[in-house]
Amino acid sequence: MFDVIKYRFLFYTFSLILVLGSIFSIFYFGFNLGIDLKGGSILNLEFKENRPEIPKIEEALKDLNLNINFQPVGEKGLVLKMKDISEETHQKIIEKLNSLSPIDESKESFQTIGPSIGKELQRKTNLVIILCTLSILFYVSIAFRKVSRPVPSFYYAFFGTIALCHDVLISAGLISILGKFKGVEFSIPIITALLTIFGYSINDTVVVYDRIRENLTKKTSQESFEDVVKKSINQSFLRSFNTSFTTILPLIFIYFFGGESLKYFALTLIVGIAFGTYSSLFLAPQLIVDYYLRKKKNRS
Amino acid sequence: MDKYIKLIFILVLYFICFNFVFPDVLKIPIFQKYSFHLGLDLQGGTSLIYKVDLSNISQKDQDSALESLKNIIEKRVNLFGVKEPEVRIEKNLQETRLLVNLAGVKDIKEAIEMIGKTPYLDFREEDQSNTSTITFKKTELTGRFLKKADLEFDPKTYSPIVTLEFNEEGAKIFQELTKRNIGKRIAIYIDDNLISATVQEEISGGKAQITGKFTIQEAKELVRNLNAGALPLPIDLISQESIGPSLGKIYLEKSLKAGIYGLIGVMIYMILFYRFSGFLADLSLLLYAGILLSLFKLIPVVLTLPGIAGIILSIGMAVDANVLIFERMKEEKRSGKSLSLSLKEGVKRAWPSIRDSNLTTLIIALIMFFLGSSFVQGFSLTLGLGILVSMFTAIFITNTFLELFENTAFEKIKILWP
Repeated sequence: MFDVIKYRFLFYTFSLILVLGSIFSIFYFGFNLGIDLKGGSILNLEFKENRPEIPKIEEALKDLNLNINFQPVGEKGLVLKMKDISEETHQKIIEKLNSLSPIDESKESFQTIGPSIGKELQRKTNLVIILCTLSILFYVSIAFRKVSRPVPSFYYAFFGTIALCHDVLISAGLISILGKFKGVEFSIPIITALLTIFGYSINDTVVVYDRIRENLTKKTSQESFEDVVKKSINQSFLRSFNTSFTTILPLIFIYFFGGESLKYFALTLIVGIAFGTYSSLFLAPQLIVDYYLRKKKNRS
Repeated sequence: MDKYIKLIFILVLYFICFNFVFPDVLKIPIFQKYSFHLGLDLQGGTSLIYKVDLSNISQKDQDSALESLKNIIEKRVNLFGVKEPEVRIEKNLQETRLLVNLAGVKDIKEAIEMIGKTPYLDFREEDQSNTSTITFKKTELTGRFLKKADLEFDPKTYSPIVTLEFNEEGAKIFQELTKRNIGKRIAIYIDDNLISATVQEEISGGKAQITGKFTIQEAKELVRNLNAGALPLPIDLISQESIGPSLGKIYLEKSLKAGIYGLIGVMIYMILFYRFSGFLADLSLLLYAGILLSLFKLIPVVLTLPGIAGIILSIGMAVDANVLIFERMKEEKRSGKSLSLSLKEGVKRAWPSIRDSNLTTLIIALIMFFLGSSFVQGFSLTLGLGILVSMFTAIFITNTFLELFENTAFEKIKILWP
């Protein structure tokens, strides 16, 4: 069987490349902020017959001076994004488009969000992220307080949280890249997905840690700490995979059938949960082993 | 507890949940009383957020002014005939907001106009500090003291006059205002537009007139709007979301489809992997979905699109506990233990990780709930509820089923067990 401890530097390299790539993307490309975070208006509509060509639509709305971004959806659909507009302007747009080609008003959706709401949400989100990180760190330290030899329980929590940040960063990096190249927005649903990854992804790590905790109590004198960790990872492999796979499965259906508004929410969760399983098997325990080995070396 | 008593209890639960979710099959009246509450995004409708301007009102009057604002908007919305309208005041550190949710409104345009057109009436006096040009400054007399408005005609010119009658408190303020402005002008503003400014004498009795230059039609409309409730506080639409009724239906259908496929997918996977015990886990997964949906009807929880996403996600999470227990059972059985012993060991050994992993998700769901955005709230509420219910079904229900087959011929059929 593949030695998951001996070849840990392969995993480190793989993770490092992905994390650095994500950080680069987030700082260089940034996020394509959704209107729920920066304010603005979004109009979703469907024409009764085929959609007129975009230049014609642009022409019709030219004198409103709105700098609208147009996105065709399917054969009849159209999404218009712009700065936040009044109800009056909204009605003017509808009127003009209606005279171009009739619109199915029962399938229209319109959302406009003032900039103050977006700012407030951004501030609250920061607070929630900090609270989530602290509570996870705290909870895992408490839950593993009984394993303190040979590595103190705090380090389990610490490396678990590092693995968690790795999962969330990679998912966020993906959204950033998709934002740059496919126009995917960083919005409240995406933030919700990232926070959920925070809460759920630690689960697999807990399962592996739990196994290490149990195996440590049964440890024989011939076994080294590395051996115990290796054994625990191999024993947890199938159950970690299965718990994640059963969670990802329904999300795959949301991605394909759940409609446009939940698509990237589901994708973020899928990626985050998959990497969560990966990092709980190939990153967090290995980091603990490295910490242990360095401490041992320093001592001797 | 005897396992057969447990079984009867579980069967009753199945029966109750089945009737909650499908009340039209057996048509038992108690269950037919409850229905699902769909959010605006799933049934179509409009959600409006207004910023309330409290800058011209003293701290102590704020609550009563907000209360009357809420009542007036409610009155307007009710005139419009919306089913279960929701009008709410929301205060946070930065600003006070008025939330209006109108479900299933067909003519959204008109609804917004109806609320938006509520005139904001206020009286202003000359600003003494500015001598070169005459400007007006705000006074405390606003539409919130208005009792009623009427349309009359000037007996000489036959031009329309709008008369205003204040309530007791407003009459006092008006008298004081006119008294200190004798010989000066008092201006009447509607929606920040100067309507009239007349030189004053003291007026008691709480009646005022607006003799602006309006047509009869305009005057009529103003009177009607003022009577429907002049707004006590100025409001400004800062956010709006409207969803066409058939669009909401499409969202609902799509998310339900994804949910049902997801449920079936998970059930098949469990059977493939854990055979008969997987089948028993599937039975409890169905009960899980049943309990969750019944709770949504009972509490009631308003179902939104993110809420449904939360339910679907929790389906996958619900079997996690089963996976952990079954994997553990496999190990115990491999070491030669009987089904009942390995079940007991499996539950005991898997419990700490089930508890820890569910609690961390629950903590995050709880923190997220307080983020306040409706998407996050809808999602974290159903996710949190789902986790709580799943801990019960995945452990208690599945184990009771498994106990039934302990020491039976079933236990010996190797192909049934993983």
